[in-house]
Amino acid sequence: MIEIRGLNKVYDTRDGEPIIALKDINFDIEQGEFVTVVGPSGCGKTTMLKILAGIMRKTSGEILVRGTPIDGPNRQIGVVFQEPLLLPWRNIIQNVMVPIEIQGRSKAEYGPVAADLLRLVGLTGFDKKYPNELSGGMQQRVGIARALVHDPAFLLMDEPFGALDAMTREQMNLELLRIWHERQKTVLLVTHSIAEAVFLADRIVVMSPRPGRIAEVIEVDLPRPRTLAMINSDAFGTYVARVRKHFGAEGLDG
Amino acid sequence: MTAKKKTSLPAGRIRDLLYRRPEIVFSVLLLILIIGGWEAIIALFNIPPILVPAPSAIARSLWANLTTPRFYSHVGVTLWEILAGFAIGSVVGLVIGVCIGQWKMLEKTVYPYIVAFQTVPKVAIAPLIVIWFGYGIMSKVVITALIAFFPVVVNCIAGMNAASYQQVDMLRSFTATRWQVFRMVKIQAAMPFIFAGLDIAIVLAVIGAIVGEFIGAQAGLGFLLLQRNFSMDTAGTFAILIVLSAIGMILHLLMNMIRRRIVFWNERDEILAQGSS
Repeated sequence: MIEIRGLNKVYDTRDGEPIIALKDINFDIEQGEFVTVVGPSGCGKTTMLKILAGIMRKTSGEILVRGTPIDGPNRQIGVVFQEPLLLPWRNIIQNVMVPIEIQGRSKAEYGPVAADLLRLVGLTGFDKKYPNELSGGMQQRVGIARALVHDPAFLLMDEPFGALDAMTREQMNLELLRIWHERQKTVLLVTHSIAEAVFLADRIVVMSPRPGRIAEVIEVDLPRPRTLAMINSDAFGTYVARVRKHFGAEGLDG
Repeated sequence: MTAKKKTSLPAGRIRDLLYRRPEIVFSVLLLILIIGGWEAIIALFNIPPILVPAPSAIARSLWANLTTPRFYSHVGVTLWEILAGFAIGSVVGLVIGVCIGQWKMLEKTVYPYIVAFQTVPKVAIAPLIVIWFGYGIMSKVVITALIAFFPVVVNCIAGMNAASYQQVDMLRSFTATRWQVFRMVKIQAAMPFIFAGLDIAIVLAVIGAIVGEFIGAQAGLGFLLLQRNFSMDTAGTFAILIVLSAIGMILHLLMNMIRRRIVFWNERDEILAQGSS
């Protein structure tokens, strides 16, 4: 579905010493797969996501979506960002409709889709509210609905729940899995929480910093649907330990 | 005028008001105290009305003005100069500001000249404008437009840079074009700044029109002000000042009403506006 071939990203800096943000990244994402990318800050995980989203230029390498190389934003992709990034002058339903407007799709056709997505993320009846009337968790749900409204095959998520408290975060993880299951999307989610990476994933891409590269790809063989009770199981703990050993004493930080 | 209204309230309602909004009661009391003290000092020390007129004399002069149809034609002339100059200055300012905000190239090539132009005091070039555009309304409109132009341009440019790059990235990720980014985010994010500029511009426009009339005019409140000043009608001069400040305040309030409708989503700005009004 998505193939990443020899992807490199080098940043030029003021002192002339280039920073290698991504070094020779290779991996494929299968249709319908849920892949998480985990690593400490500075490992290039957000850079990789931005390149996939087409809002950052790659230095070299190739990205193929369904066999076609892409270089720039793509209508088959929906992106959820670290912050909700809702437009405060638009009400909730207008915010969800942003991609429809941008892509010149029929409002009559996608209006019901947007309403349906708001129901899916548990925000029925909020369509005429404005973003500042919603909590952070609710705003991020609107962000998820917005990323899904044009029915993209592929969902990119950049630490979407990082700003939420632990309990809301668990709740959002469960909801995300439900949406993923219901809508049959392919998901790539970047996180710095090892537990979140294990809980959600079919496969975990573990990245390490300086230069940003793939340290290991781990298949997660936990049964689906996932439940919060699994977090306390031995199998879950084994996966967490396996990811964590890559980061050793450094630990993981924001 | 508000003072009259409040004092004619029944005692019970004043006490109620004192309890809920003490600042209103106290500010009205302060006004009464100042006007009363002023009147008393004039009477006590027998100050000649040519120097400082008593509030009662100003009120009489104001009333005489407001009941003379001829006065309104002067008000109309000045108001027209203010509004036409403001409209021209702010529309040109908006267009240039948006263009500069949209094309970085222009910011580097055109903007320095605009700043250089702004450092020239408009009052100093007003006589030239009168020579070029005559003693009629036109020269005042031009002076007012020149004065109103700059705050709109500066605020518009600042506003065009106010959109967060993350919001822009978000739109781009959904394949937005440059024009869509401008229409859906940049101009919207600029609105609080644009209105801040328009609010300054409308108040400056009042000054612009009066300055223009001072240089040379045949009608308008500035013209009338000079005339009365020459004939030592100090009370009449004060009466015009009151009318001018009323015009300025009404325009400022109107601008704020429009702003609240358009920039309703900007809470922080609303707090600022409450502080200033």
